[in-house]
Amino acid sequence: MAKEYKTLMTEIRLPYELSYGPVWTRFFEGMAEKKLYGTKCEKCGRILVPARSFCPRCFVDTTEWVEVAQQGTLTAWSYVNYRYFGMPTEPPFIGALIRLDGTDVDFLHLMGGIDLNDFEQVRKVVKNGMKVRAVWKEERQGHILDIRYFEPI
Amino acid sequence: MTKRVGIVSVAQGAGAESKDNFYDQAYRITKEVLEKVGITRDDLGTIVTASSDIFHGGISCANSYYWETTGAFLKNASRQDGESLFAFFYAVMRILSGQFDTALVMALCKGSENPPNDTCTLMFADPFYQRPVGLQETLAAALQMRLYLERYGITEEQCAEVAVKNLGNALGNPYAHRKGRYTVEEILGSERLADPLTALQVAPKSEGMVAVLLASEEKARALTDKPVWFKGYGSSLDHFYLGDRDLLKGPLRDAAARAYRMAGIADPQKEIDLAEITEPYAFQELLWCEDLGLCGEGEGGKLIASGRTRRNGDLPVNPSGGVLANNPYVSRGLQRLVEAVLQIRGEAGERQVPKEVKTALAHGTHGFAGQCHAVAIVGIG
Repeated sequence: MAKEYKTLMTEIRLPYELSYGPVWTRFFEGMAEKKLYGTKCEKCGRILVPARSFCPRCFVDTTEWVEVAQQGTLTAWSYVNYRYFGMPTEPPFIGALIRLDGTDVDFLHLMGGIDLNDFEQVRKVVKNGMKVRAVWKEERQGHILDIRYFEPI
Repeated sequence: MTKRVGIVSVAQGAGAESKDNFYDQAYRITKEVLEKVGITRDDLGTIVTASSDIFHGGISCANSYYWETTGAFLKNASRQDGESLFAFFYAVMRILSGQFDTALVMALCKGSENPPNDTCTLMFADPFYQRPVGLQETLAAALQMRLYLERYGITEEQCAEVAVKNLGNALGNPYAHRKGRYTVEEILGSERLADPLTALQVAPKSEGMVAVLLASEEKARALTDKPVWFKGYGSSLDHFYLGDRDLLKGPLRDAAARAYRMAGIADPQKEIDLAEITEPYAFQELLWCEDLGLCGEGEGGKLIASGRTRRNGDLPVNPSGGVLANNPYVSRGLQRLVEAVLQIRGEAGERQVPKEVKTALAHGTHGFAGQCHAVAIVGIG
């Protein structure tokens, strides 16, 4: 279009109050105490982490809470090197899916504990299938980032 | 199916950023799709729209705003939030109900005005667990790509070939937003956003007002000499939490099987003449081709290397340039359908494939790494 029309620059800020409910509350209280909790589906036997109130496959309530391992195997990773709204930390950082030992789903978190500034070096060190463990923050508030990241064992 | 539903008219707007207004842009595309078959708003039976409040441009209950641009004033109309191929099927069902002779499906998106895709898709993630970790669509796709590369030995070069092909195809598409002749090296050498994804393997955010007019069989034959018939549809949804899913064995297999069954397709590799696939990340075209049965499991790399999916190949995939070239988020599935219809009718202009196209597949996806998929089969005869 030859003619330049005006553009409205606007922004919307909306406050929400989102309930954790009993399951998330218990899970995050566990994180404040350096514990990771999952729930077990009695029907399929899977241990789901983070804990949740029902198994989405069997569609039954989960009844048993289990404390799960804080170490596991790296399923997949991505070296993120750009800034975006809501990024968990300044780039570069590594987003990761981790299968905690004894559980049946992957846990989404970050990988760290290595020098992230040199990507080629990172690529040599980080491999799917490597063993990793949780590194906790000293000050915890019942938040998913109470775990700083998972580091190679 | 006892009754047939015909696609009688299609229209789409250009994907590149414009200074046009959302409301006016939508109105003109609606007018165009109706005028192409010489009907007026008064003749229009029902309307189903697809849009998303967040992507749409910061207006909630977005359909209340744009209803009248789609001719819906005082009509029996409804709206789907999210992937527009779902809206297509709802409109098909409205015709099949026998209550309407015509149905307009309209997908509305003006991506150029919206926050970055990663900002909007961050809101797909739950606020307690995945969002604070920074999960958005690009990160989810990067994790999926890593698995794809490693589990099947697909190479990054093969993934980049998809971008080379599609951005090249887009040179023949006046509606495409991003286009150009690139080399594999240029694709791989573009900014490394979320390794292994580079910038040119990630779809842009585009504008896309897309309209499809459906009619009952009798009405379709009255409105056009070239109706394209609805043949089949399937959809499927995966788990919400990314870690609950097998990112390489997703729900597209189920969606495809359902669509093929409805369409009576036994061997998609032989019976599908052309596919328009939603591939917001280059490697996904290969993975989705596998899931659609257009090649064997783990053979997506070989498929692109074979050249069969080029515009002049025997199984063209995304001759329009696909979503890498034009990504009007919720509209993209319906836009794939529009491109499939144009190819069947021989009206795709410079991007028309040389082979005859009787049966074509259109695919749409929404959510992280293909959490939900829809597949539509259309054809002649």
